[in-house]
Amino acid sequence: MRILLLAWGNPARQDDGLGPALAAVLEGQDLPGVTLSCDYQLQVEDACAISEHEVVVFVDASLDGPEPFEFVPVEPRQQVSFSSHSVATDALLGLSERCFGRRVPGWLLAIRGYAFEPFVETLTPQAQINLEAALAFLAPRLSGAVPLAPADTERP
Amino acid sequence: MTTTQTGQRRLVIEPVTRVEGHGKVTIMLDEQDQVTQARLHIVEFRGFERYVQGRPYWEMPVLVQRLCGICPVSHHLAAAKALDMVVGVDELTATGEKMRRLMHYGQTFQSHALHFFHLVSPDLLFGFDADPAVRNVIGVATDPRFQELAVRGVLMRKYGQEVIQATSGKKIHGTGAIPGGINRHLDPERKAHFLAGIDQMVEWSEQTLDLCKGYTRDHLEELAGFGTVPMSSMSIVREDGCFDLYDGNLRCIDVDGNIIFDQVKPEDYHTVIAEEVKSWSYMKFPFIKALGPEKGWYRVGPLARMNTCTYIDTPLAEAARVEFMEELGGGKPVQVCMAYHWARMIETLHAAEKMRELLNDPDLMSGERVATGTRRGTGVGIIEAPRGTLIHHYDVADDDTIAMANLIVSTTHNNEPMNRSVTKVAVDELSGKEITEGLLNRVEIAIRAYDPCLSCATHAVGRMPLEISLYDAEGKLLDQKAT
Repeated sequence: MRILLLAWGNPARQDDGLGPALAAVLEGQDLPGVTLSCDYQLQVEDACAISEHEVVVFVDASLDGPEPFEFVPVEPRQQVSFSSHSVATDALLGLSERCFGRRVPGWLLAIRGYAFEPFVETLTPQAQINLEAALAFLAPRLSGAVPLAPADTERP
Repeated sequence: MTTTQTGQRRLVIEPVTRVEGHGKVTIMLDEQDQVTQARLHIVEFRGFERYVQGRPYWEMPVLVQRLCGICPVSHHLAAAKALDMVVGVDELTATGEKMRRLMHYGQTFQSHALHFFHLVSPDLLFGFDADPAVRNVIGVATDPRFQELAVRGVLMRKYGQEVIQATSGKKIHGTGAIPGGINRHLDPERKAHFLAGIDQMVEWSEQTLDLCKGYTRDHLEELAGFGTVPMSSMSIVREDGCFDLYDGNLRCIDVDGNIIFDQVKPEDYHTVIAEEVKSWSYMKFPFIKALGPEKGWYRVGPLARMNTCTYIDTPLAEAARVEFMEELGGGKPVQVCMAYHWARMIETLHAAEKMRELLNDPDLMSGERVATGTRRGTGVGIIEAPRGTLIHHYDVADDDTIAMANLIVSTTHNNEPMNRSVTKVAVDELSGKEITEGLLNRVEIAIRAYDPCLSCATHAVGRMPLEISLYDAEGKLLDQKAT
């Protein structure tokens, strides 16, 4: 299975850097069939990359989601108010389907963060713990040791 | 909607959708629902000029990009140009300048494509009054008539982003430009990849220009006065007046095309431009010193650049510019606010032509990358960012740290023009009428013409960094809420 992992966030805004921190760890691992992409924010052209894969996993920080993370499906959105400044995950899936004819299953790994102060480049201690839990959850799923898609929305 | 103690009704539109970042529009209505005043508020304080003080000067090209996740290349290059001056380099190596130019044209190309296809085209293709559920980029992609257009927009954006990545190291917040030059050559494989696609990019740019031109012609009666307020225009141009997005001296012309100032070197910008602060916005209001704050405001960006330049040095874009000026200007600067879109597409074509020219230049692949010189205490870099003139000014202390920074970004130059256009649209479109989403959107459409970049912010899931502010007619803050 060809998996696209799209992690995003601003490492200079404390726990907003959870997505890039997860991608940085995975970069050092041998994950055949997995394409890693890390950026400050999602971009419309990510829809093109999504259409070239069989499944996409979005990874971002969560301001008020469950601890230590949640892993939930994302459905493509066909009607959306849009700003290029920060494209939504469901809008990207919708664009992939509408522009490139590929309906790609999407999952969001939302890792709980706590502080988002500018010009702070380290994660809070609890966010670091959540990151490690998220990695322990995701790594075997990316390597194929565990099915990626759980039967129901999965929370640890 | 709220009612103030003075009896004026206040209509607040927020957030301004489909502009970069967040803003707030406040329209003041009297008891008869007549517009008395309209303002575009910039509610997020950035403070970068203060943050960078004390940091080593060589960090600036990377650090200041954090101003924006949408047009970081512009800040990257403006800072690098300012620091060229600080390290005593008045002329880059051929490789250094051409790599930076390629990066900048890639940036302009992708930024303009994104703005047109994904922010503006829904309004033009479906009409200002179309259902908001349809009037968006997904609606464009879903409609069989426009699906190819939406795909083209994504692929043009992708091409420009790849050029940025190849020249700067990353799509966003790269590191390619350094004080005195560039830190890489163009990879031969990437060059071959870009050359294979560039003719398609030029062709699509021409077709998009035709689409925009046709729309403007077909709707000129409606568009001519829409948000249109006559004003001066400013940009950099070369010594012979040639259009140049990367380098040049400042030129400013009035509504009739008369020169207000010309060939003002970047380091002398402060002799012709001053900045005013107003209580209701964190953005500064620059003005032409000779005219004062009341009359000295001016526009920047694609429309201003078409007005100020004498010619464009790529054939397709020059032919388009001549046609544009004759048709909409009639011998004078073009004032039609919505003509920003047509002008932006001429620049998109120019950027594609320039990339094609550069990709065949061997200097990108080899040669000295960095020049050196004698250290100076001050540097000013000016670049024409996609949204308009961008000025970076740094004073550097003897210990190599930043002692003072002054940044005037494109949207700041356009601050007063946007307020004037918002007021014009509000007076023309909202007074005495039922307030519909379509009417409200007209205000946003006028703002969108300027392609403003209002701010950047963290975007973690579940959080919209939006602050709600209410002001009375005297500018007093009545209420403030954060979502």
